[in-house]
Amino acid sequence: MATFDYSDDSVVVVIGSGAGGGTLGNELAQKGIKVVCLEAGKRQSSALFINDEWKSFSQLAWLDRRTTSGTWRIAKDFAGLPAWICKTVGGTTTHWAGASLRLQEHEFRARTVYGEVAGANLLDWPLTLAELEPWYAKAEDKMGVTRTNGIPGLPGNNNFKVLYSGATRLGYKEVHTGRMAINSQPRDGRGRCMQLGFCFQGCKSGAKWSTLYTEIPKAEATGNFELRTGAHVTRIEHNDAGKVSGVVYVDQDGKEQRQKARIVCVAGNSIETPRLLLLSESSKFRDGLANSSGQVGRNYMRHMTGSVYAAFRQPVHMYRGTTMAGIVRDEAGHNPQRGFAGGYELETLSLGIPFMAAFLNPGGWGEDFAWWMDHYTHLAGMWLVGEDMPRATNCVTLNREVKDQWGNPVPNVHFDDHPNDVAMRNHAFTQGERIYQAAGAIRTFRTPPYPSTHNLGTCRMSSREGDGVVNKWGQTHDIGNLFISDGSQFTSGGAENPTLTIVTLAIRQADYIARQMSEHAI
Amino acid sequence: MRIIPLVAKTGSPEGCDDDSGVVRKLDLPLTRREFLSGSGLLFGSLAAGSLLASLAPSAAWAVELKTLDEAQGATLMALGRVLYPHQKLPDAVYALLAKDLDAKAGASGDTAKLLADGLAWLDHTAGGSFRTASRKRRLEAVKSMEGTAFFNAVRGQCVTSLYDNDMAFAVFGYPGSAWEHGGYITRGFQDLKWLAAPPAEASPPPFF
Ligand SMILES: Cc1cc2nc3c(=O)[nH]c(=O)nc-3n(C[C@H](O)[C@H](O)[C@H](O)COP(=O)(O)OP(=O)(O)OC[C@H]3O[C@@H](n4cnc5c(N)ncnc54)[C@H](O)[C@@H]3O)c2cc1C
Ligand code: SF4
Repeated sequence: MATFDYSDDSVVVVIGSGAGGGTLGNELAQKGIKVVCLEAGKRQSSALFINDEWKSFSQLAWLDRRTTSGTWRIAKDFAGLPAWICKTVGGTTTHWAGASLRLQEHEFRARTVYGEVAGANLLDWPLTLAELEPWYAKAEDKMGVTRTNGIPGLPGNNNFKVLYSGATRLGYKEVHTGRMAINSQPRDGRGRCMQLGFCFQGCKSGAKWSTLYTEIPKAEATGNFELRTGAHVTRIEHNDAGKVSGVVYVDQDGKEQRQKARIVCVAGNSIETPRLLLLSESSKFRDGLANSSGQVGRNYMRHMTGSVYAAFRQPVHMYRGTTMAGIVRDEAGHNPQRGFAGGYELETLSLGIPFMAAFLNPGGWGEDFAWWMDHYTHLAGMWLVGEDMPRATNCVTLNREVKDQWGNPVPNVHFDDHPNDVAMRNHAFTQGERIYQAAGAIRTFRTPPYPSTHNLGTCRMSSREGDGVVNKWGQTHDIGNLFISDGSQFTSGGAENPTLTIVTLAIRQADYIARQMSEHAI
Repeated sequence: MRIIPLVAKTGSPEGCDDDSGVVRKLDLPLTRREFLSGSGLLFGSLAAGSLLASLAPSAAWAVELKTLDEAQGATLMALGRVLYPHQKLPDAVYALLAKDLDAKAGASGDTAKLLADGLAWLDHTAGGSFRTASRKRRLEAVKSMEGTAFFNAVRGQCVTSLYDNDMAFAVFGYPGSAWEHGGYITRGFQDLKWLAAPPAEASPPPFF
């Protein structure tokens, strides 16, 4: 592994080593560009991952203080934990389930296709699906997505059998084991899925794609990439010309360090990314970096979500095998007759006993709750995920009343469900319950959203400078050598799980940065 | 508190059919009389012939309290049973709730007071003794406290104390860690037989 000097101002600093940062760092390093990747978390490995929900959570999750406000139920159920994301090398690709879907063509044109939606701040992407298709293809190949590149689908587990049976009886057509960045057969030096059922706890077999053991070691092997772990960036600095010049971070020993940079790319996931821009306020940029539009932190999206669990007379043992074992795609399109704009996916999901107790019905108690836990082996489960409306008022801001371990204001995450989100959630709950009833469920249960796993939109892409923070390359409108490289770039959320798109944008961004560097444009 | 872990006993793969999951080793809390120096002791034994008793080398369990007294510990156990009433969960699991709250009371005077006051109030509301009050009266007393800091502290603790332990895993049929058993690829991840198997396009066969 390379090491670079703190004063080396020819390096690209990448903040975060997850889906966005890990991918971007590797792509740049492969092109011969020097990269210093600063990651707040520690380095784990498949061997160190733990098949135990709470222990794994404390090993991998981002647990720094955060606050919440707004009418979303998370503010009541999990006031200090708005998001379920990671602080570790590989970021949330250690926790993720692996569902890898492309956005649909119309989802890039949400404002045009859905029209004016009151209370929403919809905007078209400055990008089309056609432009992204070749990059999607590269991302699918990199991640080894099933049902692409001739890779077979995964075998469905018991939880999928129940979903399949109910969904097809209900008349749904597109029901299968999904497009998953999980090896169904050995590929890229990694084995096939052992059906452990602990995908959310870090894949101990390495079958599931994570930047931890794909992008990062590949980047390190180039000799152009230095990963510094336990390096928590607290500020991005700029020079008099208004270009970014480096970053300040707290290193693994708690000491403050300054790394110079030619280019800075931020990929801290959609809460930390805008927070860092806001924390970097200066006399020149009083509202934070790259915030002339006032859009930094705004339009926070978290996907419409919810879960349906159902109890059956016969056993299911849903916890056996891949957590997200299959999908129903028939509701993913835009069909306003359902009473809302955008669409949603239904995907199997399973929790172990410890997380079931915490998430089935947060705050719930009594005989009814106990009944569900008693029927654990006879439960099937699914997760609902759909497009939510961007709103200017749903935002990440600095909470100056509360400080983190380094004395910096913590992020506050404010969210109010848009009526469109509520209408979609109710529709999805109903359809989810009908699927399980069609499979013979004796009871069904509507589980409210978990802390946000998909965090998007807080530095969105726009063609006009006043509408967003970055251009179609993820380059900030205001500062040419400052890039956003994670899901914060999303102009709208789409119905699909976001990571494939994050990886796609990162590969494409690396290409753009390399070109701009060789043209000395940045 | 000194906990003497019982010998690990792993479930057999044969148990991994439709009706039963593999059940994990048990880790019963057990304290020896001679080590006691605390404020109280909760003890009991697993019902003879029960699933748990068959998994544990010894049926006896005991939990030593450091801050709370025995009556308070026993009342917390009874409260746990009202909040999360599982017939199949043995008292030993509810004793873990008392143990964990006892530890918190030991770490914080405020928590100790919150618990002491809340438990006294429960007894009072239930007409003297929460533990010996009728089922109905206990439930009413708990409902009347819903939303209080005491209620939230105890209910929140239940989520991990009652459900994140080997005994609960065994009772609910959740085998826990799968890695050391090679996952479920050859252990029933698709053994459900009461519904037709999906076609191969939807669910291709596993790779071996
Ligand atoms: C349980 C779960 C299941 C999921 N399943 C799916 C799925 O099936 N499909 C899908 O598409 N998506 C899924 N996701 C979402 C997916 O994990 C995220 O979309 C993706 O990882 C986001 O990538 P990112 O690069 O934006 O952020 P992350 O992967 O979260 O990486 C951000 C990294 O930046 C670091 N960081 C943050 N701030 C700083 C700082 N100031 N200094 C230094 N480092 C910093 C963090 O420690 C972290 O490692 C799931 C998420 C969860 C939690
Ligand atoms: S089920 Fe497959 S992908 Fe998930 S953790 Fe296990 S081996 Fe990894």
